[in-house]
Amino acid sequence: MGLFQKFRDGLRKTQEKLTTEIKRIVTRGPKLDAESLEELEATLISTDIGVDTAVKIVELTKEAAKQSGQVDVFAIARAEIERELSFGESGSSPTVATDTKSGHAAAWPSVLVKAPQPPTVILLAGVNGTGKTTSTAKLAHLLKEQGNTVLLAACDTFRAAAIEQLKIWGQRVGCEVIAGQYGADSAAIAYDAMEAAINRKVDYLIIDTAGRLHTKKNLMEEMKKMHRSLQKKAPTAPHEVLLVLDSTTGTNALNQARTFHQALGVTGLIVTKLDGTAKGGIVVAIARELKIPVKFIGLGEQVDDLQPFDPKQFAEALFAESPETRRM
Amino acid sequence: MFDSLSEKLQAVFKNLRGYGKLTEKNVADALREVRLALLEADVNYKVAKDFIEKTKQRALGQEVLNSVTPGQQIIKIVHDELVALMGEDERQSADKSAHSKAGNWMMVGLHGCGKTTTCGKLAKLLAKQGRKPLLVACDVYRPAAIDQLETLGKQVQIPVFSVRGETDVVKISKQAMSFAQSQERDLVIFDTAGRLHIDQELVQELVHMKEALAPQEILLVADAATGQEAVNIAEHFDKALTITGIVLTKLDGDARGGAALSMRAVTGKPIKFAGVGEKLDDLEPFYAERMAGRILGMGDVVGLVEKAQETFDAEKAEEMQARIADQSLNLEDFLSQLQQLKKLGPLENLLGMLPGMGKMPDLSVGESQLKRIEAIIQSMTPMERRRPEILNAGRRTRIARGSGTSVAEINDLLKQFNAMKKMMKEMGKMQKAMARKGVLPKMRLGR
Ligand SMILES: Nc1nc2c(ncn2[C@@H]2O[C@H](COP(=O)(O)OP(=O)(O)OP(=O)(O)O)[C@@H](O)[C@H]2O)c(=O)[nH]1
Ligand SMILES: [Mg+2]
Repeated sequence: MGLFQKFRDGLRKTQEKLTTEIKRIVTRGPKLDAESLEELEATLISTDIGVDTAVKIVELTKEAAKQSGQVDVFAIARAEIERELSFGESGSSPTVATDTKSGHAAAWPSVLVKAPQPPTVILLAGVNGTGKTTSTAKLAHLLKEQGNTVLLAACDTFRAAAIEQLKIWGQRVGCEVIAGQYGADSAAIAYDAMEAAINRKVDYLIIDTAGRLHTKKNLMEEMKKMHRSLQKKAPTAPHEVLLVLDSTTGTNALNQARTFHQALGVTGLIVTKLDGTAKGGIVVAIARELKIPVKFIGLGEQVDDLQPFDPKQFAEALFAESPETRRM
Repeated sequence: MFDSLSEKLQAVFKNLRGYGKLTEKNVADALREVRLALLEADVNYKVAKDFIEKTKQRALGQEVLNSVTPGQQIIKIVHDELVALMGEDERQSADKSAHSKAGNWMMVGLHGCGKTTTCGKLAKLLAKQGRKPLLVACDVYRPAAIDQLETLGKQVQIPVFSVRGETDVVKISKQAMSFAQSQERDLVIFDTAGRLHIDQELVQELVHMKEALAPQEILLVADAATGQEAVNIAEHFDKALTITGIVLTKLDGDARGGAALSMRAVTGKPIKFAGVGEKLDDLEPFYAERMAGRILGMGDVVGLVEKAQETFDAEKAEEMQARIADQSLNLEDFLSQLQQLKKLGPLENLLGMLPGMGKMPDLSVGESQLKRIEAIIQSMTPMERRRPEILNAGRRTRIARGSGTSVAEINDLLKQFNAMKKMMKEMGKMQKAMARKGVLPKMRLGR
C-alpha cells in the first residue's frame, strides 16, 4: 500500500462526510442561495484551509454558478487549493512519483536542496510535540536509503529524555548521533556536529531541535544562535530549514510559520500526523501568505512513514468526488 | 483581533443609536462577524453555528442601552454565552478532583499534546495539596518515553513506577496499583502513549486499562492550538472511554483556543486544567472567563491582572496607580516596577495576554541588564530620577561615566521607560473601557 493511500484512507471517513455535506448543500435547491453559500463556506472551513481560502472558493463557486447552471464545487476547490500550494503556477509543481519505493528517488532532487559541497545541513524546527524528532529519524532513513551518509545532532538539550529519544532512533536507522549534556548550549552542539560532519565527510547533517512556542522571544533567539553557529563552519548552512507542523493544528499554524520564517527563513514544511483524520488544510493558508512549500508529509510513527508532498494529490485527497457527486 | 471585531461591529451598527431595539437584521449582521471571529479562533464550524443560533435568540429584542454601543452590547452577550457554555465554576471542579479520595487518574490524548509533561505538573500540584502521588509510565511505544517521565519524576520528587521491556500496559497498570498500595501512595497518575483517536486497536488498549483501573479521572489532554479536528478527537475519546474532563495545554502560546469551546460543546465535559508553560509549576485551573476573552481576541486581561496581583506588593501597586494616573511615574518607580515584573516571568508572556500588544517594543530584561539599569538610575540625582526629561547630553555622559555604562544604554533605558509609561497608561484605559462594557465585572486593580 502506497503511503499516500494511507493518507487517503485516514481521510476517507471524514472526506465522505465532507462530500455528502457539500453535495447536500449544492443540490438542495435549484439555485445557490445565500444560506447555502454560507453553509458551503463553513463546510470548507472544516478542513482548516482557513477563512480566506474558503471565502475565495465560495466566490469562485458563485461566479461559476452565474455563468452556467452547473457547478462542480469539488473541481473548483481542488483547482484553487492546488493553485495556492504551487504558488499560482498550476501544473508546475514538482511531480512526485508515489506508491512505489523507487518513486522516491525520482522525486528526490526537487524536494530537498543539496549543498554544492557536502554536508547538506537540514535544520528541523517547530513548536512542542509536532514530530521533529520522529521526522529527523524518518528523513535520515529516507536519505540513507538513497545511499547517503547521514549524521544526526541532538540539539534538544532541554526536554526530559530528548537526547535518549534521538539516540534510540539513531540506532534504529543506523546513524551516529552527536549529543551533549542536558542544559548544554544547543548552539555549541550544533557547532560540534557541523565540525564532525565536515571531518567525517558525511553527505547530510540533520539537526533535531527542542520544541519551542514561537511566542517565546528568548527561545527564538536561541534558535537564531544555533543557526548562526552552523554558518561559522559553512556560510551557506543550513541548506534547509524545515518547519514541522502538526496537521491537527488550526489557524495558529500560520502564526507559527510566520514567526519561525521571520527568525530563520523557513525553506519548507513537514506536515505530520496526516495518518489521522486531520486534514492539515492550514498549509494552504501558509502557502498563500508566506509562499513556503510543503516538502514532506508524515503518515505514521515508523521510520518509513514519510512521503514527499504533491499539491495535486493533496487537493484530490481533500476534495475527491465520489461517483455520485461527479455530476452536480 | 478584538480591535478588528469591535471595529467591524461598529460598522454594522453605525446607524443604530441608543434606545433602539436590536433588530433581527442588525443582530444577524453582527453575529455574522462574530461567527467569522469564532471560526478564525478555530471553533468548530458546527459548534460555531449552534452557538450563534443560541446567542441570536438571546440578543433579539434587547434594548440598546445608552451607556454602551450596540457592538459592545453584542460582545457582552457573546462573551457571557461563551462563559456559560464553557462551564460556570471550573475552579471548583479542579478543586473537587484534587480533593477527591484515593484513586487512579488516566491521562490520554493524541501524540505530542503534552500528556507526559502534564503528568509531572499534576503530580507536583497535587503533592502541594497534600496528596501522595505515584507516576506510572504506560507509554511503551515512543522511544525514551519512560526516561522522560522518570526525569520529570525526579524533578518534582515524585516516585515513578515503570516496568522496562513490558509492553502489556494492563499488566503494568495492575502492578502499579499494588505497588502504590504497598508504598501508601494515594493517587496514581498513569501516563499513556499518544494515539490517534481513530486507531481502534490502540484506543482499545486504553479501554482495557480503564477496566483494570476503574479510574476516578480520565483526562483528555489536548493542545490549545488544535483546529477543526478538536470535535472529532473529543468525541472519539469520550465515546470510547467516557472521559471525566479535559486538560488544555500550551496556552502560553498565542493560539486563540477555540478548541476549548468545541470540545466542551460536544462532550459536555469540563475543562479542568490549563497548561501555561514548560516549567512544572505551569499548570492552572481553567477559567472560562479568560478563555472567552481569548477566543474573542480580547486578550487575557483578567489573567494578567490576577497574576499581577499575586506578585505585586499591593501598597506599592496602589501608589503606582496613583502616579500613573497623575503622570508622575519616575525612574525610581520604573526600577522597582522592573524588579517586580521580573518576578512575573518573561515579559513577552505577559504581553501575550494583552490585546493589541503586538506592536510593543521589546521590553525583555535580563538579570545582568537589570543590574546595569540599577547602576544607571543610582548614578542619577534625585531630581533627574523624578524628572527624566531634563536628562540632556551632558547629564547623560556624566551618568554613563558614573555607572560604568554607555550613553547608548542610557538612551535605551529612557526609551524603555517611556514605553512602559505608555503601556501603563494604555492598560489603565483598557481596564476602564472593559469595565464600562461590563465585560470584566471582577476587575479590581489596585483600587
Ligand atoms: N500518528 C503519527 N504520529 C506521529 C507522526 N510523527 C510523530 N508522531 C508522534 O508524535 C509524538 C511526538 O513526536 P516527537 O517526534 O517526539 O515530537 P517532537 O516535535 O520532537 O517533540 P518535542 O521535542 O517534545 O517538541 C510521538 O509519539 C510520535 O510517535 C506522524 O506522522 N503520525
Ligand atoms: Mg523532540
